[in-house]
Amino acid sequence: MLGTSDALLAAMEGRSRSRRRLGSGRVTLAVGVLILGTIIVAAAAAPLLTSYKPDAIDPLNPLAHPFTHGHPLGTDAFGRDILSRILYGGRIDLLIAFGATSVTVVCGTVIGLVSGYFGGWVDTVIMRIVDLVFAFPFLVLVIAIIAMLGPSIFNMFVAIWLTSWISYARITRGHTLVAKRQEYTLAARALGYTNRRVMLRHVLPNVVSFVIIFAMVDAVGNVALGASLGFLGLGAQPPSPEWGVMISDGQNYLLSAWWLSTLPGVALILVGIGFSLIGDGLADILRPGE
Amino acid sequence: MSEAPNAVLEVSDLHTFIATGGGVVRAVDGVSFSLGEREILGLVGESGCGKSVTCRTVAGLMPSPPARSTGHVRLAAYGERNVLDLSPRELQQMRGTHLSMIFQDPMSALNPVMRVGDQVEEAVGAHQRLGARDRHRRAIELLERVGIPVPERRMRDYPHQFSGGMRQRVLIAMALASRPKVLLADEPTTALDVLIQDQILSLLLELQRDFGMSMILVSHDLGVIAEMCDRVAVMYAGQIVELTDTETLLASPRHPYTISLLRSLPDMHAQTRYLRPIAGSPPPLIDVPAGCRFAPRCPLAIEECHSWQTELVQIPGRAHTARCFRHDETTREDAWLERSYESE
Amino acid sequence: MTGRFGFLRRRLLQLIPVVLGITILTFFLLRLIPGDPARQILGQHYTPTAAAAIHKKLGLDEPVWTQYRLFMDRLVHGNLGQSIYYNESAGSLITQRLPATMFLIVYAAVLAAIISIPVGILAALRQGGVFDQSTRLASLVAFAMPSFWVGIVLLLIFALKLQLFPVSGYGNGLTDHLWHLFLPALTIALAFSTIVIRTLRASMLQTMRMDFVDTARIKGISRMVVLMRHVVRNAIVSVVVVFGINLAYLVSNTVIIENVFSIPGLGQLLVDSVSSRDYAVVQGTTLVLAFFVVAVNLLTDLAYAALDPRVRYE
Repeated sequence: MLGTSDALLAAMEGRSRSRRRLGSGRVTLAVGVLILGTIIVAAAAAPLLTSYKPDAIDPLNPLAHPFTHGHPLGTDAFGRDILSRILYGGRIDLLIAFGATSVTVVCGTVIGLVSGYFGGWVDTVIMRIVDLVFAFPFLVLVIAIIAMLGPSIFNMFVAIWLTSWISYARITRGHTLVAKRQEYTLAARALGYTNRRVMLRHVLPNVVSFVIIFAMVDAVGNVALGASLGFLGLGAQPPSPEWGVMISDGQNYLLSAWWLSTLPGVALILVGIGFSLIGDGLADILRPGE
Repeated sequence: MSEAPNAVLEVSDLHTFIATGGGVVRAVDGVSFSLGEREILGLVGESGCGKSVTCRTVAGLMPSPPARSTGHVRLAAYGERNVLDLSPRELQQMRGTHLSMIFQDPMSALNPVMRVGDQVEEAVGAHQRLGARDRHRRAIELLERVGIPVPERRMRDYPHQFSGGMRQRVLIAMALASRPKVLLADEPTTALDVLIQDQILSLLLELQRDFGMSMILVSHDLGVIAEMCDRVAVMYAGQIVELTDTETLLASPRHPYTISLLRSLPDMHAQTRYLRPIAGSPPPLIDVPAGCRFAPRCPLAIEECHSWQTELVQIPGRAHTARCFRHDETTREDAWLERSYESE
Repeated sequence: MTGRFGFLRRRLLQLIPVVLGITILTFFLLRLIPGDPARQILGQHYTPTAAAAIHKKLGLDEPVWTQYRLFMDRLVHGNLGQSIYYNESAGSLITQRLPATMFLIVYAAVLAAIISIPVGILAALRQGGVFDQSTRLASLVAFAMPSFWVGIVLLLIFALKLQLFPVSGYGNGLTDHLWHLFLPALTIALAFSTIVIRTLRASMLQTMRMDFVDTARIKGISRMVVLMRHVVRNAIVSVVVVFGINLAYLVSNTVIIENVFSIPGLGQLLVDSVSSRDYAVVQGTTLVLAFFVVAVNLLTDLAYAALDPRVRYE
């Protein structure tokens, strides 16, 4: 009888050890950084990777299949090289991902921090605005704002900045409220630190991990949003090589040249996966235990 | 194979290992005991000692991928078969009819979205083919029996509309619906007010007598154990460290842990004004070191204790075992150095 | 406020400031227009007289609060303004396009439920197993896929190449609608399912750990009954909640997909109106869609109360 339990224990411990060695959080994070990093580098180094300009028309070579000599990913209806357009387009989409997200993260976090920390009528007003914006389907509001300002890539940024901050405000405010009641905050206040110092040095660090993880998820959303608006003609405009615009351009040629609309989508997916993995990896590392 | 052929339940060398993120937890590590007819056996120990897991393993309730068990569990109704090896269908058949269990927190132990009456009727109809009206009637009878006033009306209520004590009575009613011979009660009164505790314990005693059941009562409260149990098993770090009848345990305990436990109880008549907790804390059950698991905290520990392959030693005289080879010395006052009162 | 209807009454009262706020925000959208809206609308045909006429039509020559009052006044009477582009009332345009959008949203929600519920339950039951792991991987990839792209791929394969479904449009009659809207609804449902599956799986895992599940098992009832009547019945509440929370996401996706499949709904109307500077229609559509979200949120709250009695009696 003793033998059986020993054998079981040994087997279970063996399995447990091998599972732990994989150290999933760091691996996930690393893979995510690798994927995203590769895309960023590729987009930045576009001139080195391709000799074609993204808007270089070649009427002699329209709708070339992928793996055609000189055009690894084919060409579009105007003979423009797809690989080149994807690489240069990557600059735009990555700009959307980082530009839209970073501004909303900073603004939303600051607003949430202030709102939660000071409370009172400031809090009430800000939260009312947040609730109000939340009541709208996000994309609808963004489109409406773009409609008023006029469709362009800059106005798209403005529309996103005006609306996306609310998620961060809400998250940060919630965590600030909790942090406010913790002992370390009360201690800091008792020591006479200024409000600003308490907020930045004591409350914020505890909130940051939640914010960053959420920001990764948000980034995926913003990339998709930017591409969707480009697709609808409400963001980036043709002849921009922005991936959403490319997909829209390819719609008329779906049956004959499927790669026009499909390949930019793959690029979008890779960026999305990169951000998601980074977010998941960070979540595992910063806040272990499901 | 069995040492107590008349036992209603016999557990031999039970081990339960749980795979967790940090390693394998040896929650139950070689537990053996028997439960006689109409007997109440107490399982007492600190939280984390394995008393709950023991009961859940016997009832087959441990979630199987993370938790795995070895050992032999014998139920009188199943002859020599190992209950741990029952097929899912046989297990389903066994539960309720031969063995049942009630849990610690009555609020979380009842389905919050289902009416209480429906839950009781579900228990009633689990093993018998009864028409809806009969099921309803039997359910009302059960609720009456456990002391729920106006059962017909209260059956339509939801669990959150009952008080803690009432909820526990409902749980008891459900557990007894199919007249099991063995009832496992896992800290049934811990989550309740002191006054209600008494009522529930009296109810359990009454029902145990009337239904002729054998019961395992799990608790960390020695007072409860003293009141209710015929025999007691003291558990520590996944093992039984002392097993005997209640009287003997309280009057002449032999294992240092039991003695420390008894000494740490607030005593109204004692001269000392300070409580004497046991210094230190139970060992983690992952990567358990060799030797006696209580040795690091034991005032009587000597060199050999840390390498001794522990086993339950028979104390001559009565049916009394203790997991300590220095049990002769434990009764001597002078063996207890003041070390136990120093903080670590 | 007590009892079952107290809950309903309270929620309705809470709606009022939200509805009001939506009208205010929508009203103020027009203020975002840089410069003179009349210039935007008239474009090349700008003349001061025409501009003045437009100002009068849009009520731009009045102070803000008067404008708002006029706006609300018209709104209450169902007047959402006039479409410059189509030259009919925005209200009638919206009413024409509303059914297609509603159908699509409901269709997508149903498909999402059909996909997610079994997958979520199974993933939780076989936690850590092959099915669970591959579901999580698939969810990760699916989340990174923009829905309009998925729509295009599905359109390419099933409508163009295999010719199983129509490429666009709404059709006539119920079966025709179901056939035309299958691919778009599926596209939206796939995007939505990633969220629902994750939530349901987590909820199932949490529920399975609860004591009342053990209480149910120890009664000796069958595993299926324990699963359905106790585990799933409790875990499913989270699905209702997640539908409510993510409803706006569902509506947003519908707007995009309508444009991929050329479905004559509010989404297509909204996007078309942007390029034609049809501000009244943009405003009206935004308003209607926002109200829709609010209304459905109320319904989900009621459904939640119906499923979880603890909520009712507070």
